[in-house]
Amino acid sequence: MRITWPIAGILLGVCLASAQVPATPEDLGTGERLYRTECTYCHGPRGEGGRGATLARPRLLHAPDAQVLSDVIEHGIPGTEMPGHWFTPREIRQVAAFVESLGRVAPQKIAGDPMRGETLYTGKGGCAHCHTVNGRGGALGPDLTDIGARRSPSYLRESLIDPEAAVPDGFLQVELLTRDGRRIQGVRLNEDTFSIQIRDLAGNFHSFFRSELQKLDKQPGKSPMPSYKGTFTSSELDDLISYLDSLRGNP
Amino acid sequence: MKRAALSLLFALCSNAQVPYERILNSAAQPESWLTYSGAYHSQRYSTLDQITRANINHLKVAWMYQIKALHKVETSPLVFDGVMYISEPPSDVTALDLRTGRPIWSYRRPIPQVPVCCGQVNRGVAALDDQLFIGTLDSHLVALDMKTGRVRWDVEVADYKTANSITLAPLAIKDKVIIGIAGAEYGIRGFLDAYDAKTGKRAWRFWTVPGPGEPGNETWSGDSWQHGGAPTWLTGSYDPEANLLYWGTGNPGPNYRGDPRKGDNLYSDCLLALDADAGKLKWHFQFTPHDVNDIDANEIPVLVDTQFHGKPRKLVLFGNRNGFYYILDRLTGEFLLAKQFATQTWAKSIDEHGRPIPNPATAPSPEGATVYPDDDGATNWFSPSYNPQTGLFYQNCREKGATYFLTEAPYIPGRQFLGASRRSLAGVEPWGALRALDALTGEKKWEFPLPTPPWSGILSTAGGLVFSGDMEGNFFALDATDGKLLWRLQTGGAVWAAPITYVSEGKQFVAIAAGSAIVALALD
Repeated sequence: MRITWPIAGILLGVCLASAQVPATPEDLGTGERLYRTECTYCHGPRGEGGRGATLARPRLLHAPDAQVLSDVIEHGIPGTEMPGHWFTPREIRQVAAFVESLGRVAPQKIAGDPMRGETLYTGKGGCAHCHTVNGRGGALGPDLTDIGARRSPSYLRESLIDPEAAVPDGFLQVELLTRDGRRIQGVRLNEDTFSIQIRDLAGNFHSFFRSELQKLDKQPGKSPMPSYKGTFTSSELDDLISYLDSLRGNP
Repeated sequence: MKRAALSLLFALCSNAQVPYERILNSAAQPESWLTYSGAYHSQRYSTLDQITRANINHLKVAWMYQIKALHKVETSPLVFDGVMYISEPPSDVTALDLRTGRPIWSYRRPIPQVPVCCGQVNRGVAALDDQLFIGTLDSHLVALDMKTGRVRWDVEVADYKTANSITLAPLAIKDKVIIGIAGAEYGIRGFLDAYDAKTGKRAWRFWTVPGPGEPGNETWSGDSWQHGGAPTWLTGSYDPEANLLYWGTGNPGPNYRGDPRKGDNLYSDCLLALDADAGKLKWHFQFTPHDVNDIDANEIPVLVDTQFHGKPRKLVLFGNRNGFYYILDRLTGEFLLAKQFATQTWAKSIDEHGRPIPNPATAPSPEGATVYPDDDGATNWFSPSYNPQTGLFYQNCREKGATYFLTEAPYIPGRQFLGASRRSLAGVEPWGALRALDALTGEKKWEFPLPTPPWSGILSTAGGLVFSGDMEGNFFALDATDGKLLWRLQTGGAVWAAPITYVSEGKQFVAIAAGSAIVALALD
């Protein structure tokens, strides 16, 4: 029998699909046990990160698909402290399955209306001044294009009511006073021993050598984002959260 | 001067480029950098004084060499006779032409899968006679022909399949090569080895965790000594007159659980003084008995002869990962001083014998216990510098804590043997500083703050300069007296290595590994 290319493609697809045996609860259990002894130290018990990268996210920076994730677990990442591991192929699949489960936000029934939420996002909330969705909006705050895949509705609610309760890793608000008397508040983009780069609250970029500053006040745990507790009614908050939850990333 | 002339004559008459006598007389030839820390006393201080406070603003990049590897570059180069010898990660060696930075030869070693805690790194090579020596990640010691890089011999030091690995530069003394081992995060049993430089035959081994019947074994409950750790993964120092090697040891295993290994756990977290010919223990000093915070004593022992409390003493200075700076008598091991140099909460105090009074609240617990420093330490393997002109001990310090939650720690060969998970402190920005301590009191004289905790070593010179780097890619020079910034260069890659200095064609150079590059600098 002659195999035409489309048929070969289908056969290959079937083979690949059968290689991806879905993880059983037992696999996930074994994966979690292996994860606890080998991975928790750097990545945290629930993939929350620390010394190592945060794994509780839908798309991993160094492992965009299951095959690369397995490679990373087996061989480590050159140039980082992520080591290779002596797991059997089955154990690698089990650990990978557990790691993948960490990043999935379980679907929850949400009360609000995402269409109304989007109107609030761009209108009354003014969220787009500081946040980007699908390439549009301000740059001061985190990109929200896939926020629904990364954060649970309860986390989103907390962030809206009390933004400083959960300031993301690496986010630092700073206030500085230059030698020529300018006072600038913003967010740190980078810093080294001799200089700092910031984005001010209007979204403008600034770079200063320390010798040009009178004062540099770092404000860990602080956020320029206001609380929306008094801005939105309870049902408006539900609408906005349901809109944010619908943001699952670029297709 | 006479000794220097004699040793030069010896070097010229022999085929051997780097006879032992030449390393012994490092002080007489500051134009070379012959061993990991520059000399057996490990002061990482140079008497070269062409580059000074007054002219350092003319310091410029002379050449750069890019290493084609993705791993961290921690190498401290050797330089002599017109050639620079570097290790490249994971376990390669390259000889560079000193005039141009162009490679002359390379030794490339394929490395199998070896579990390592902290990257596939290597810190440098040793030279003796006409050979170079490299310890490899898969736990071999290899002798190379200095002229060609071809392998003379290659011996297994330990089995990498039980997670033994080698990352340190060997130390060559007399007719031997001394090499240590890493892998205490994976339950190895530590040791220090000496090999015959000509043949590669093992001359002696000192187990840093004593076996049954040996003194010290009683400091390990049950069979816990078998996976007791106490690794030797950083190059030590040597006192030729006393014929003693000084070597630091790392954490006991499992790192964060004390219950399976009750007792002091000798010789973990110790400074060891060993007879260099036979590997016999002369004395030991344990900085952190029964460590549950992974505060290795794998730091550089700095040997100094000076007046101490009105008497001439042979001292060893030791800035420890546990946050204390120590002074010991290096002939007897007598404890003379401990002084805190960075934030620490694991010890309430140090008693008059140098033994710490631990703070039980900082031991990892199921609920989580917060401790300073974190397991990267108040300092770490990166080299300090002692400057006899200023009497200061320069050390990069880390201000960072973490919270540790107890977990199980079953021993499985090749798997982590830790016993805790770790969480960063929320809302706290860790930082660091290059601190200058009075070498005889440990008092801080000044500090140069760094925005993140550093991993860079330090060089000081008779030009009144202190060189170091940061994690953001800066390489900089400070005034050795007051810490004032004199010069800086953004190299674009984090500095995980220690600087060296040498003379090429009559000009003083400073060299540093930054990112994946070796950068050589001179006055323009």
